[in-house]
Amino acid sequence: MSLLEVDGLAVSYGPIKAVRDVSLVVEAGEIVTVLGANGAGKSTSLQAIIGLLPAQQGRVRFDGHDVTGESPERIVRRGMTLTPEGRRIFAPLTVEENLRIGAATQVRRGNTAELWDQMMELFPILASRRRQLAGTLSGGEQQQLAIARSLMSRPRLLLLDEPSLGLAPIVVELIFDLIGRLRDLGITILLVEQNVHQALDIADRGYVVSGGTVVLEGTAEALKASADVQKAYLGQA
Amino acid sequence: MEIFVQQCVNALSLGGTYALLALGLAVVFSVLGMINFAHGEILTITGYTVFFSLMLAVPAVLIIPLALIVAMLAAAAMERVAFRPLRGAGPTSLLITSFAVSGILQVLFQNLISARPRPVPIPDFLTGAFTVGPFHIGVIQSLSILATLAMVGLLTLFLKRTLLGMAIRAAAVDFPTTRLMGIRANRVILAAFAISGLLAGVSGLLWIAQRGSVDPLMGFLPVLKAFIAAILGGIGNLTGAVIGGFFLGAIEIGLQAALPEPVQPFRDAIALTLVVVVLLYRPQGLFGAVHSVRP
Repeated sequence: MSLLEVDGLAVSYGPIKAVRDVSLVVEAGEIVTVLGANGAGKSTSLQAIIGLLPAQQGRVRFDGHDVTGESPERIVRRGMTLTPEGRRIFAPLTVEENLRIGAATQVRRGNTAELWDQMMELFPILASRRRQLAGTLSGGEQQQLAIARSLMSRPRLLLLDEPSLGLAPIVVELIFDLIGRLRDLGITILLVEQNVHQALDIADRGYVVSGGTVVLEGTAEALKASADVQKAYLGQA
Repeated sequence: MEIFVQQCVNALSLGGTYALLALGLAVVFSVLGMINFAHGEILTITGYTVFFSLMLAVPAVLIIPLALIVAMLAAAAMERVAFRPLRGAGPTSLLITSFAVSGILQVLFQNLISARPRPVPIPDFLTGAFTVGPFHIGVIQSLSILATLAMVGLLTLFLKRTLLGMAIRAAAVDFPTTRLMGIRANRVILAAFAISGLLAGVSGLLWIAQRGSVDPLMGFLPVLKAFIAAILGGIGNLTGAVIGGFFLGAIEIGLQAALPEPVQPFRDAIALTLVVVVLLYRPQGLFGAVHSVRP
């Protein structure tokens, strides 16, 4: 049984079909990447998987449960969460408050202190920014905060939507390093990226989405070698 | 000088009542993007709770907590019965629904209780005044100011220190992302309504303590004033709502004191003209409206 199984997902915004037919599988412990041009339906798929958008067709199964149509808050409590595109940190709240809200599902389990220490170790910059308003952080710091905030819910599967978007190359390196470390912590990752090179370097497998449909899938090596991917995304003839 | 100080106390007291109501409107607006025009009926329900408690000889110490609990439950029930089924509907549908709730409740009060005002006897000590140096200060006015300060302080603590309070602040910025934290949308919205009910309950108690009666339509005018105060402060901005409330109270009392007798009937018109002038220069309100991502 796979950790995540998406089967024939279709999502519409009114009359516009953003996702037509997306099927994918993520096994526990993997990093799987979803590649594709702007508007291919990658972000929409993630939002439908986490329950923020209704799936018009298809099923989403997480950890053996059919979670299609469940609310995002319920799915997050099952152990899957999304770090949304554009970071979406709570700008007028402090770094600490952002993280405490992230741990909302863990308060009753009483392990927020331990989680907090873990985050401060993974993201030392956040420790020094603790009392600062999140909106005053730099882009890279905000992305780290967004990921840390997601991790506070102790997800087994983390959906990452364009974590490198709009960041300086050196910060992009840092974010990808971090994704590698998350895998070592036992967190499975589904990564949507436009940064194809780095995504394929870190991923085990990948899917290529175009026009709302999966057009290609395979191991990261196979995709790197694929003529189609090279032509479309890697800028090599 | 004495008159000036007394008018200041009056302005703060009236402004405080507006501020509490405006704050309730703003808390709900901040998470739902909707102005609840049935907010005034919470005030009326608070008044009737006091009226019936007195009639049934409920012990005096219990009346205030009872009225506040009823106000919170009434606001929560409004959310559950009228607004939750419309979750995801546009702001216009929600706004019209709030007018419908207001209208239905008014008709129910008229038919089930009475269309005429019912007296709420006010204990003597409340109607009195005390003297500080040369100043005579009304007890109710002082209580209004204290109650406003206390409620604003409690709400600030709640929003800053508790997880639910932080979730409400987060939802006011970005509701979908708040849900991604595993926070239940329904719980946040219900809490916002319960808070607005508590604030309306406190201002309702102060309101009937000043007028000594309760009638089915009594909630309309104060909620309209509170709406103006909220717009004046910057819609959805909690600090703005409080300041807007005090500002409106100051304008009204100021005009009452300053205008010559023949012009007094035009007081509200002049007050609203001043509000329009402020909004012409600051269309976003004194403190700026809050724009956010809604559910």
